[in-house]
Amino acid sequence: MALSRRIFLRNSAFAMVGVGSAPLWLQKAALADDAPGRRKKVLVTIFQRGAADGLNIVVPHGEQQYYDLRPTIAIPRPAGSVAGESVIDLDGFFGLHPSLAPLKPLWDKQQLAIVHAAGSPDPTRSHFDAQDYMESGTPGLKATSDGWLNRALPAETGKVSPVRAVSLGPTLPRSLRGANNAVAVESLGNFNVKDAAAASVLQSMYRGSQDKILGGTGRETFDAVSLLQSLQKTPYQPAAGANYPPGRFGESMRQIAQLIKADIGVEVAFADLGGWDHHVNEVGPKASVGQLAARLGEFGASLAAFCQDLGDRMQDVVVVTMSEFGRTAKENGNRGTDHGHANAMFVMGGPVQGGKVYGQWPGLAPEQLYEQRDLALTTDFRDVLSEAVYQHLGNRSMTPVFPNYAASPSKFRGVLKA
Amino acid sequence: MKHRLLLVLCVTFAALSSGLYAAKKAKTVLSTPAIPQMTSDQKALHALNRLTFGSRPGDLEEVRRLGLDNWIDRQLHPDSIAENPVLEAKLQPLDTLRMDAKELIRHYPPPQIIKAMVEKRQPLPTDPETRFMVQKMIARYERKQKGGIDARTDLDPKVSMDSLSLTLEQKQALRAGTPADKIAALAAMPEDLQWDVLDAMPNGARLQLYKFAPTDLRRRIQIFTGPYQVVNQDLMTGKLLGAIYSNRQLEQVLTDFWFNHFNIDIDKGADKYLVTGYERDVIRPNVLGKFQDLLLATAKSPAMLFYLDNWQSVGPDFKGRGPAQKRKQGLNENYGRELMELHTLGVDGGYTQHDVTEVARCFTGWTILQPQMGGEFSFNPRQHDDAEKQVLGITIPAGGGMSDGLKVIEILAHSPATAHFISKSLAVRFVSDDPPETLVRKMADTFISTDGDLRQVMHAMIAAPEFWDPVNFRSKVKSPLEMVAGAVRAVNGDVDFTSAMNNLMTQLGEPLYRKLEPTGYSNHSTDWLNSASLLARMNFALALTQGKINGVKVDQSQFAGDTLQVERRILMTDPTADAQNAIDTGMKDQQAKRPAGPLVAGLTLGSPDFQRR
Repeated sequence: MALSRRIFLRNSAFAMVGVGSAPLWLQKAALADDAPGRRKKVLVTIFQRGAADGLNIVVPHGEQQYYDLRPTIAIPRPAGSVAGESVIDLDGFFGLHPSLAPLKPLWDKQQLAIVHAAGSPDPTRSHFDAQDYMESGTPGLKATSDGWLNRALPAETGKVSPVRAVSLGPTLPRSLRGANNAVAVESLGNFNVKDAAAASVLQSMYRGSQDKILGGTGRETFDAVSLLQSLQKTPYQPAAGANYPPGRFGESMRQIAQLIKADIGVEVAFADLGGWDHHVNEVGPKASVGQLAARLGEFGASLAAFCQDLGDRMQDVVVVTMSEFGRTAKENGNRGTDHGHANAMFVMGGPVQGGKVYGQWPGLAPEQLYEQRDLALTTDFRDVLSEAVYQHLGNRSMTPVFPNYAASPSKFRGVLKA
Repeated sequence: MKHRLLLVLCVTFAALSSGLYAAKKAKTVLSTPAIPQMTSDQKALHALNRLTFGSRPGDLEEVRRLGLDNWIDRQLHPDSIAENPVLEAKLQPLDTLRMDAKELIRHYPPPQIIKAMVEKRQPLPTDPETRFMVQKMIARYERKQKGGIDARTDLDPKVSMDSLSLTLEQKQALRAGTPADKIAALAAMPEDLQWDVLDAMPNGARLQLYKFAPTDLRRRIQIFTGPYQVVNQDLMTGKLLGAIYSNRQLEQVLTDFWFNHFNIDIDKGADKYLVTGYERDVIRPNVLGKFQDLLLATAKSPAMLFYLDNWQSVGPDFKGRGPAQKRKQGLNENYGRELMELHTLGVDGGYTQHDVTEVARCFTGWTILQPQMGGEFSFNPRQHDDAEKQVLGITIPAGGGMSDGLKVIEILAHSPATAHFISKSLAVRFVSDDPPETLVRKMADTFISTDGDLRQVMHAMIAAPEFWDPVNFRSKVKSPLEMVAGAVRAVNGDVDFTSAMNNLMTQLGEPLYRKLEPTGYSNHSTDWLNSASLLARMNFALALTQGKINGVKVDQSQFAGDTLQVERRILMTDPTADAQNAIDTGMKDQQAKRPAGPLVAGLTLGSPDFQRR
């Protein structure tokens, strides 16, 4: 049997990448052959750590209760208010916080949908437990050892891309831990052995190693290093008009865009941003100042830049955002809010049936609130995530992804085009 | 009644252990083939690999000098070993390690306590030095609240060097001097002024001084960055220093093992201040004692009660008064479940969901007085569900109060399933990822016959021929802590501070005291390696031997000699042919621009060989 074209291409491509001279077409050909359908469907998940205030992010401005509950920190109604300091109306009832203005064009293009009153059904108000439950995908169950996003990866045969599942950050998040290989990359430029001379020695040492575990991981590692280093040869230039804001989150989104556009087999990616726990000074004297506005400015601008950067490639990409729980419907005494229950999730991308707020609105009257204080939950976050896994990633076996939860198409909200 | 209880006990234990008995019978039929043994050199190295955080130069000779059995026996009796004075000196400045939770909160207050002091809801500390420090923190807090401090630089524009009464020379040194000049200028100032100068420095400048600062100044810089974080930093530092320098190596390894077995995450609320005492007073004193004592100590520890929510678990009739009490609504099963699944019986230990609920009922009322204030364990009869319970088929009669929980501890500590589960966990950590059942059975039998004496269980494990089977020689992959501590030990590193290593532990996937899940970290080799962490190991190895890890000095003259000599000195044995060839070939291609020795040492520490133990 002759050496298959595939093996030849792969080996020679990597060998050449190792000495820094593989032509781009050869690297891509090797990967394309390894990873069938090289334009992969990609699911990007974003975790807003600290419990973002969904009610001030996607504002129910059509409901008087909202203004009654939040006399000093409500976002003013759209009509008749100063632009930039009031709600950006979406559908006459809901609207975006003014700092999310960069996302409005995506809404208008129907690439952005919102699921409101969504989240985890577990009653905990502990950040620790709630993040854990959401990332493991098993609310109420602490002993789950892996994460839903790792389990969501479709079964693969043959050689899988070393960067199939990527997290931007120093550690692998709970969501991505598990049996499938997943890499944490703090920054693409630093993903290497820093001492160049030592790098080549270690590379040949690990590639030649008889050690089953270390040799195997070592080879995967140096494959990923070669791949990511080859991307660094020319500085990454985002598409025109894609202006990522400074800060870690913008940088994460920029690098995810770079990885997707490089066609190197990324299927799921994860990024997070913290700082949403606004017990104090959530909203300043104007809607455009205060802690929430600052956070949303970075959040919205990064997501908008990401979509702009990917352009047509957004046809293959779905972005879903989540946060461990929402915040109290009523403001507290410090111009802030305390730990609550349901929240709003954003779903963005080409496959999204956007321009619509999904989910049943439970209302904010006292008897409609969860435990008389928080937005009630009407959509389980797993219904949103399982729709993305099923429809977009094409993984039809839902039980392993969300064990003890009968995820099924009948529960999907129809956020994605079927 | 008594008879019935006894009968149920017997039936339950028989049911739980029937699997073991069946296996035992099989053993008598199939006589175990003789297990081959390691050479005596291998044995000494194997003992060091498994019972310590790795060999220092000279350790192998010490094992030979004392005799292997004697060396092991001493490690099993840590009190018989004099502690390393170097370690004691390095731990001295870490005062938090000697404080109880209340003292920690007073000396290193969290933001909400500082806020309470500002609002005069909390008194200021009485001890003048602490009071002074806290007043500085309060002043800073107040300015931060007023928006006077730039979040990026952590600098208050109104507090500048110019506003301080400094001499021209001092200003010159602080503005434009080398780090050494700055340190000297600071050291010559009265303490009050030191604080003000630190206050007037941007965060970046303070952190730059950190690595050059003497211990007391370094402490002040840490406090500025976040007083409550000092507690966690000291714990991490203490763990690394203990692993690297302690003469009681097995005790260190076991403390790590048992902390991980009864894992707690320091980031969960009140546990920030509770983990210090938990490790020091609950885990460490019991690692070679009776399992039941260890189990009970964890069950009663505020750290565990908070971590697994049992402090909020109340019986059906409890009606809380006040907002804090109202949050306590009914039964919380977290502790009950993990107690059986992770701490004692194991997931296949033969318990049901019904048992989980019943165990949780037994522990209602085991709570904490004021957890956020470093409070202690307390049993609250009003919160206890005092009706009858059935645990693993055993009736626990109504009206038992706190004794319900004690009874559960006793039942679980004496279950054969626990003996097996604990023995297997130890064997996975110390012997093999897939330890032979014959070995686990020997250990479990010892566990049962000695009433869970963990020293005897360890002894049974080490005395078993399976421990010394050559297939186990260097068969385990080092955990990140074993790799990092082992590397510093292998090159006799002199550790001044560990902040770089603390961060590294996060990159390697084992942030110390920060394992979120109650499962603890894995003891299996394969779970420790992914691309990012393997790269981080290599980068650490290369940086360490070339003196580029902040806070760790490495004498490079020790890496003299040819490549094989350097490799042997680090590995204490011959390198594999793959590693040796790659290093030899690689070094031939190197130009003699830099000394070869440290690079060879770094490559050896980064090689697959060194990742094994």
